[in-house]
Amino acid sequence: MLPLKKALTSSLGKKYLMAASGIALVGFLVTHLAANLLLYLPEGELYNGYAKALHDWGPLLIVAELGLGGLFLFHAAVATGLHMKTAAARQKGYLEGQRSKGGNSRFGFPANKMIWSGGILFAFLVLHIIHFRFGPGIAEGYEAMVNGESARDLHRLVAEEFRKAHIALPYAAVMLFLGAHLRHGFWSWLQSLGAMAPKYDKIIYSLGLLVALAFALGFLGIPFWYLLDVPGMLK
Amino acid sequence: MATKSFVLKVWRQDGPDSPGTVEDLTEYAKDVNEHASFLEMLDLINERLMADGKRPIEFDSDCREGICGQCGCVVNGQAHGSQRGTTVCQLHMRSFEDGQTIVVEPFRATAFPVIKDLVVDRSAFDKIQQAGGYVSVPTGPKPDANSFKIGKEVSDRAFDAAACIGCGACVAACPNASASLFTGAKITQFALMPQGAPERKRRVSRMVETMDDLGFGHCSNIGECEAACPKEISLESIAIMKREYLKAMLAGS
Repeated sequence: MLPLKKALTSSLGKKYLMAASGIALVGFLVTHLAANLLLYLPEGELYNGYAKALHDWGPLLIVAELGLGGLFLFHAAVATGLHMKTAAARQKGYLEGQRSKGGNSRFGFPANKMIWSGGILFAFLVLHIIHFRFGPGIAEGYEAMVNGESARDLHRLVAEEFRKAHIALPYAAVMLFLGAHLRHGFWSWLQSLGAMAPKYDKIIYSLGLLVALAFALGFLGIPFWYLLDVPGMLK
Repeated sequence: MATKSFVLKVWRQDGPDSPGTVEDLTEYAKDVNEHASFLEMLDLINERLMADGKRPIEFDSDCREGICGQCGCVVNGQAHGSQRGTTVCQLHMRSFEDGQTIVVEPFRATAFPVIKDLVVDRSAFDKIQQAGGYVSVPTGPKPDANSFKIGKEVSDRAFDAAACIGCGACVAACPNASASLFTGAKITQFALMPQGAPERKRRVSRMVETMDDLGFGHCSNIGECEAACPKEISLESIAIMKREYLKAMLAGS
């Protein structure tokens, strides 16, 4: 008899929770990137339309946002708990650091430092929400017409912000950490749930690289798109 | 007969509570037969240390043929040294360059306290094993040899997991000092066989609980344990442990 509460607070159980919340967050990233691809368009109509459609959810949007925020907090809190215990599991490290013995080992920044890439992403998330979610809106003159209705011109705000190097470059840099986090995370969530066999190992790990590259480059391209003024060049 | 000399630095610690320090033993590490094993090299150093009236380096060893799991230390930041699929007793000085710096230190984990120099207390592994690494044995007349039908490929996989010698390299190599590969191997060897079925849920829940209580870290799927394992136990053992635990968790009773 293994009570659910005991199971989910064990080191294995916490990894099940990390895997479940992690893949749910990847689900959010899919929608976020899909929408953000509209930012590559020179005209803001579609992007602002999408933002308006979300906004029109009204109270439901607040519920969804709080749920999503809770999911991020949960993922970060469980990770912090695991990290604290693990930090105590080896109080004295190796004299000249550790070296990998190769093979199939994923020893390296993405796998070893999930807590760091995750921590950076979490700090970024807070700033990112303040920057755009609670950034200037219609009242500050960022107004556009979508299907004849007034909407926040988020497209113009993003384009203007990313033309500033001190904003675009840190955004792009953080996306490298997102890539590193997903590079390990995409493989790790399956292994944490035990859904792994040597037969599928290589293909899933390679798929993780593709996923990481797709997200990192997809998001990373947007600040560069405007910093280098690609829409201006395409005109 | 070729000999080599090394820049040798060894972790010296008088006891569990003393702080310990690195000692430069380069002057004792000259003219070592390159075909000596790593432990024979330490034996030679110890003879020279004793001739000088100094305390020899304490290290564990027994069979010296790579099957007992007694020996083990970290050589240049790698558990059992750089060679894959062997214990440190099967590592030979020919795999080092003449004049190379060699840093030797014990396996590091809170659950493996240092007893002296390179000797660590690995009784935490015994506790994990005692928590559930056994099967119920039927008493009475000897059962028919064919009463359990087990496919060769299944028994081979179970045997691969059972090859674990409990040396502790997985813990030493894991950046989280997790004992998941050891515990996974001990669970897998029974999980795949019908003999392990009666205790399967009890086994995984008790062994995982004991592993956590002893202060090992969690598994974050890095896989360095597999690379360091002298018996090349697969990471699949950990996946099987996670499946077993999930089944025990979801079971209604």
